[in-house]
Amino acid sequence: MEEIRAILNELHDDVDYDTCTTLIDDRILDSFDIVTLVAEIDDKLDVRIPPEQMIPENFNSLKAIAALVERLENEI
Amino acid sequence: MQQRNVLEYLEATVREVPEKVAFENKTETLTFEELYTYAKNTGSCLLAKGYTREPVLIFMEKSPSAVAAFMGCIYAGCFYVPLDEEMPASRIAHIFDITSARVLICDDITEAKARELGFKGEIMLFGDARSHKEETALLDKVREEQIDTDPIYIVFTSGSTGVPKGVAACHRSVIDYIENLSSVLGFDRDTRFGNQSPFYFDACLKEIYPTMKYGASCVIVPRELFMFPVKLSEFIVEKKINTVCWVVSALTMISSFNVLEEHCPATLRTVAFGSEVFPVKQFNRWKKALPDARFVNLYGPTEATGMSCWYEADRFFEEGEAIPIGKPFTNTQILLIDDEGKLADEGEIYIRGTAVTLGYYNDAEKTSENFVQNPLNVFYPELVYKTGDIARKDDDGNLVFISRKDHQIKRMGHRIELGEIEADTLLGEGISSCCAVYHKEKDKIVLFYTGEASEAQVKADLKERLPRYMLPGKVIKLDKMPLTPNGKRDRKYLEQKAKGE
Repeated sequence: MEEIRAILNELHDDVDYDTCTTLIDDRILDSFDIVTLVAEIDDKLDVRIPPEQMIPENFNSLKAIAALVERLENEI
Repeated sequence: MQQRNVLEYLEATVREVPEKVAFENKTETLTFEELYTYAKNTGSCLLAKGYTREPVLIFMEKSPSAVAAFMGCIYAGCFYVPLDEEMPASRIAHIFDITSARVLICDDITEAKARELGFKGEIMLFGDARSHKEETALLDKVREEQIDTDPIYIVFTSGSTGVPKGVAACHRSVIDYIENLSSVLGFDRDTRFGNQSPFYFDACLKEIYPTMKYGASCVIVPRELFMFPVKLSEFIVEKKINTVCWVVSALTMISSFNVLEEHCPATLRTVAFGSEVFPVKQFNRWKKALPDARFVNLYGPTEATGMSCWYEADRFFEEGEAIPIGKPFTNTQILLIDDEGKLADEGEIYIRGTAVTLGYYNDAEKTSENFVQNPLNVFYPELVYKTGDIARKDDDGNLVFISRKDHQIKRMGHRIELGEIEADTLLGEGISSCCAVYHKEKDKIVLFYTGEASEAQVKADLKERLPRYMLPGKVIKLDKMPLTPNGKRDRKYLEQKAKGE
């Protein structure tokens, strides 16, 4: 969770990731950010997010992203 | 009779397929008949209020109605200036200044925001304009007086001094471009476009005008889908989209996530791309996934209306090989000019032709820097556009892009002057000097600066002034700005340093 927070902070450091649940819906993250985020998660956490999991629901909050990463980690 | 007005496209098509859907997005569809009626009514509304032969700001959602508003401006003999809600307020303020526009058209969704922009002129709601009654006599009079060198739009692009430049284009240039682009890409009535480009760019001309010319259809792809490759691919298939003219990054988003194998956007038959270099590995994936589709690389600056050159990418490319930008469209000529002002096989691209636009609106100085007398012609006045792009000719006579002469970069199809980022940084408090560099591999802008201001403060300041795509990914405070022996900021050193970040 904290690693993901750090990646998100690098992208936008003026967002409260503990409360924000509309990262996608409010266009806080754009396609640039998503591409960077997915690449960094692969790089730093060694978790590859399959394209099927790239849906808005999985990226709307820090919690959702962390849950996705956890799900994928457990699959291995 | 020779066509002299872009509206003739719409007027011919509406007689043939009035009921057909011309444009659609998530929430709205417009048939050609509706588009035609709303455009004429909007034109009537503008004329009835005394607006003609002047810029009209359009601050609307990216929607079919926005297209009707654009055409409405042209009916009034005006020219449209698209604004976008993602533009920061300071950029919009520049556009107010440069255009001195007296009227702005918004819609229900953008109205509240439009009223906060500090616009001094009239704010008109598109809903009111489109239901205005048609003023046939006024519209006819405008048409009678309109000539094909009258401007139809101004689009703003990054300027290195921090002030955006407004490129104004006329009917004649747009008609020339649309005719030649359409014949190369083979558009017809069955073409179903999937539009990606924002409407405040010249890139959307590729869909808007051919849709009207051929009675084709244009689906505006929801912008959030460009984050979700499987959904994007499914959307293409569901909407039966067969033609896309996209920036390379939108295409690589799909291919780099390995979506093409299992979720192939199989309805595509024409894939045009441009504005950036297509990484060969990604291109080959596309070519393999869609063996029967045509792939066309396009190249051109806003100042020459849209695209100037094209290349049929009909084979796989080797790693390290560049996809050429090819040859100019019919009725456009490319001159490669070397440092001595002579024609050469490698040099700066100068563009000649009807598609060269009118210049930068209300900026004679910048216009005269880039729209210059043809260096090969001393006999009569002839303006050509000097692009700042360096290219060479390969053995087959195709042009291959090499680099920029200055510090302009391309990012997701957006043209960015690093100088504009620097100029805006220097406006902030507590900044002594700065230098913006581009880390190409990571597609990241890195800003170095010296001064009292904190990194967070600089970042926050820039967010107020720059469009999102221009924001530095990283802001780094230095104790001292590294300089070259002759006292200039050491850009090369900083570029290396940025790579280590």
